Amino acid sequence: MEPTEQLRDRLILRFPGAKVTLVSNASPSAQHSLLVDPAHAREIATFLRDDEALRLDYCSNATGVDWPDCEITEPVKTKITEADGSEKEVEQETKRIEPGCLEVVYHLYSMARKQGPVVLRVRTANRMDQVTLPSLTPVWRSCEFQEREIFDLFGVVLAGHPDLRRILMWDEFKDHPMRKDYVEPDDYEWEPTPHGEVLAKAKKHYPAASASASATAAVASPAPKEEPKP
Amino acid sequence: MIGPDSFELAGNGAFPAAAPGAHVRAVHDEFHGDLLEVSMGPHHPSTHGVFRMVATLDGETIVKLKPVFGYLHRNHEKLGENTTYLGSMPYTDRLDYLCSMTNNWAYALAVEKLAGLAVPERAEYIRIILAELTRLLNHTCLAGFLLQDCGASGTPLMYAFREREKILDLFESLSGSRMMCNYQRFGGCRVNPSAAWLTAARELTGSYGEFLDEYEALITGNEILMARTQGVGILSSQLAVSAGVTGPMLRASGVDYDLRKVDAYGFYSRFKFRVPLGAHGDVYDRYMVRMLEMRESIGILRLALMDIPEGPIMDPKAKLRGFRPKPGEAYGRIEGPKGEIGFYLISDGGPNPYRYRVRAPSFVNLTILEDLCLGHTVADSVIILGSIDIVLGEVDR
Repeated sequence: MEPTEQLRDRLILRFPGAKVTLVSNASPSAQHSLLVDPAHAREIATFLRDDEALRLDYCSNATGVDWPDCEITEPVKTKITEADGSEKEVEQETKRIEPGCLEVVYHLYSMARKQGPVVLRVRTANRMDQVTLPSLTPVWRSCEFQEREIFDLFGVVLAGHPDLRRILMWDEFKDHPMRKDYVEPDDYEWEPTPHGEVLAKAKKHYPAASASASATAAVASPAPKEEPKP
Repeated sequence: MIGPDSFELAGNGAFPAAAPGAHVRAVHDEFHGDLLEVSMGPHHPSTHGVFRMVATLDGETIVKLKPVFGYLHRNHEKLGENTTYLGSMPYTDRLDYLCSMTNNWAYALAVEKLAGLAVPERAEYIRIILAELTRLLNHTCLAGFLLQDCGASGTPLMYAFREREKILDLFESLSGSRMMCNYQRFGGCRVNPSAAWLTAARELTGSYGEFLDEYEALITGNEILMARTQGVGILSSQLAVSAGVTGPMLRASGVDYDLRKVDAYGFYSRFKFRVPLGAHGDVYDRYMVRMLEMRESIGILRLALMDIPEGPIMDPKAKLRGFRPKPGEAYGRIEGPKGEIGFYLISDGGPNPYRYRVRAPSFVNLTILEDLCLGHTVADSVIILGSIDIVLGEVDR
């Protein structure tokens, strides 16, 4: 198995436009990973799978990691000219916000060559509105359910996935529980009843009862407009 | 957003379709009636837990099948992030509640990789003994359940459970609990097995082969079992590799990939054993591979129980309280009875893992359920699901 640095250099040569960075791992496991840009992720994944020396035909693990915005405090030395003309060096603390991201991590192995792992990472631009990454399910089928789980629990939209739905939480669930800033609702089961379409139907069927109920229900949903009769 | 019905797995050619087997039924257009959608589960005895299969049927033939799960979801990974490293150890028992010993080992192995802990020789032997006992337990149960799914009501399952009870007795006398063992620790094990325990384990290992002989004499050559399972649910080796199927299911499709050989974690390189491979990749092969694996496990157990050295069972560098690994990450995996069970941990230097991920084998193995079931009858889908060997505690996490 070639070292990760060598693999990075080979990928940069093979894909000139791609941004491939080595993310080193300080722990004794020494499983370093390759951070690739989303635009080239699928090309690189296909190359890793089909390359004769690597043959990474088996994606063992695909998962998400949430990195929220973090505040970094750094001491910065600035020179201040005082009233008498002498310069003085003052150490000030500056705070800067390191923007967060959502990360998808793939652990790749080769069943044909019996080697691995190569750890592949792809990051979103931010955590709010630009959360789309390319799906690698067309490359490795084993990502199918695992990427659905990433979509479900982290809220990463994996473009190109054949069936991107929630998998562990129910379909009507809002929010993504594995994010670090997730706050669970006070009551999962609460639902204003009747509302929306149900309320409109109820009004048609029970005009007398709905007249008294509409006063409270009107807050939940606006009353549907009556169609003018011909 | 992609709608719920935009997924045509068999037709769109994005994935290689399962090889057609002898029993795959053709759908005749001239007899086309209305398609019927049947929801099997979540409370159905054949789904092995709270699992649902939404099958679309043409007559009795399955033309579409969607697995639905998550009924047992308790966000195990979030729990892991909110508790200490050691605090997650008892939770891993509850993933695949038949195989708590191997879950413990996989988690301990990942943390040992993260923190750079060594494991004493005796503890490695104990781990191998317990893992192989777990493999025996799991495969025995599976054979019983599979026959139950085939309609052999009661007797084969009770025979299997009788033997499983003997192994559980061993687990109980060692760890204090039958199923929720919570036995492994980072850098070793919790309790040192006594000489009496090792003798009891030797006795069980010695007699287990006889039980298998008896069981196989009753079952393996059984005409009904062969008729129901041969040629059913064929999984091609190409699809199995791409879909990340691991464990006996992968080897039944003829792919030689056993982590005990490939990674040679623990002391598996010291043991000589063979990896049984299937030729057809059908349900019968999956059953046979597991039966043969048990024979190999008995061989490993016999050697391990003979050679187990005296000595400490914990790494002296390991500390249970105030355990804070340095920042970094590690992915550790072992060959569990159901397939590759892996743990992915990211440490930020704190007492809790920053990210705690479980790669559950039955969750990934379920990916190909639809491919296996297409063209078969509803009754066959029950057997196919049984041969995948799922535990919902692990699928839903």
